[in-house]
Amino acid sequence: MQTQTVKIVITGPFNAGKTEFIRSVSEIDVVSTERKITSAPEKVKETTTVAMDFGRITVDNDLVLFLFGTPGQKRFDFMWEILSEGMLGFIVMVDSARPETFREARSILETFHAYAPTPYLVAANKQDLYDAWDVEDIRVALRLDSSVKILPCTATKKSSVKNVLLELLYSILAEMDKHETPQELP
Amino acid sequence: MSLKGFLKDFSFTQLLNLVNLANKSGALYIEKPGISCRAVFHNGKLTYFESTGEKASLLKTITDHQLITASQHRLLKERLAGMNDQEAGIYLVNAGYATLDQILNVLEKEYASQLRPLFSWTDGFFRFEAGEMPPEERIPVRLNLENLILEGARELEEIEELRSEIPSLEMTLKFTDRPGTDLSRVNLNSTEWRVISYVNPKNSIQQIAATTNLDEIEIRRVVYTLLQAGLVEIVRPGGKPVALPSTSLPVNMPTENRPLIKRLIDRIRSI
Repeated sequence: MQTQTVKIVITGPFNAGKTEFIRSVSEIDVVSTERKITSAPEKVKETTTVAMDFGRITVDNDLVLFLFGTPGQKRFDFMWEILSEGMLGFIVMVDSARPETFREARSILETFHAYAPTPYLVAANKQDLYDAWDVEDIRVALRLDSSVKILPCTATKKSSVKNVLLELLYSILAEMDKHETPQELP
Repeated sequence: MSLKGFLKDFSFTQLLNLVNLANKSGALYIEKPGISCRAVFHNGKLTYFESTGEKASLLKTITDHQLITASQHRLLKERLAGMNDQEAGIYLVNAGYATLDQILNVLEKEYASQLRPLFSWTDGFFRFEAGEMPPEERIPVRLNLENLILEGARELEEIEELRSEIPSLEMTLKFTDRPGTDLSRVNLNSTEWRVISYVNPKNSIQQIAATTNLDEIEIRRVVYTLLQAGLVEIVRPGGKPVALPSTSLPVNMPTENRPLIKRLIDRIRSI
């Protein structure tokens, strides 16, 4: 029997923690396309993802979940549409301690949702940092409706990443329930 | 949790919007070299404001706003010597110089006028200290922020920023369902009222602009102002709010695939 593969996309602005998120739960070493950063404004870290990150979680012989991390820099956004094709859902990572990236995060969220209106949630990453904004403040800053899930996250902690992935899957299940609920007759 | 950053990334108008929408209580400090301001809020309303070197007494404030005459000021200056604002306020009310409403109204006007210059600050640092209260000796007010936010939003003139806030004029608008929003209390200008009168998920922003004779920049500015004040929200054509995007299932994921999702859930739980 052929193995079925499904994918979840992890997106968000530069340095939001996407690669780390995937690394925390992937059973393989993350296939990363990181390159050394040369431009001064982005020198907050040494390397960045230029094409995609790729992690894998095997469910059983028949089913594999792939986690794709998008490049965070705007100039690689041509990759986003390709990566969003056929995804189960997506997670928008936000660096909770860098409000200067919130506007970009909102723009990425709207772009991805336009590509594929699948279930999604926002992971407010780096909540362990002293400077981190509270998740509800980030909700207002991103203009998220109260029905959109926004979860505190620390991408370096497996338990935190698991929680975010599970919440997304619960949202997908809820979406399925909605589609199966019989419509009332007019 | 900390709430801090730079005004170049998050403007003062956006901060007021955040305080207003989240009904925050605490003190917002805004600082740039040589100047420091503190705005204190309670449940999303401004209760007190001060900036470096501007801590006018209640007596001076009510004189400046012509609630009492200069001669009354001279007389009262002696009588109120040594009293803090709360005590002075009680004296003024009991002695019939002013009503409590008049005093509160003057203080609200004073705080609003002191706070206005901050809308044009493009650099500076901010931090919010949750739970901080106004000084005990001062008289707290309860100033709604909507009108201040409207004033601040009108100052945004950068077209790039407006385009980023309102990416498409094909979108439509609807009124927010936020409780407590009262249009009659909000000081809209005539252009904003014209736009407001066409807010309906059936009318695109483009159509509203054409009907109200506004060019692209003008309509974006008005819509941005109304958005910041929390009066309207953007809706995708077809009636789906952007802020509340309706989701659908992936194309490769029919509803019968619920067991597959449950298998994924079990697997992730076991990691």
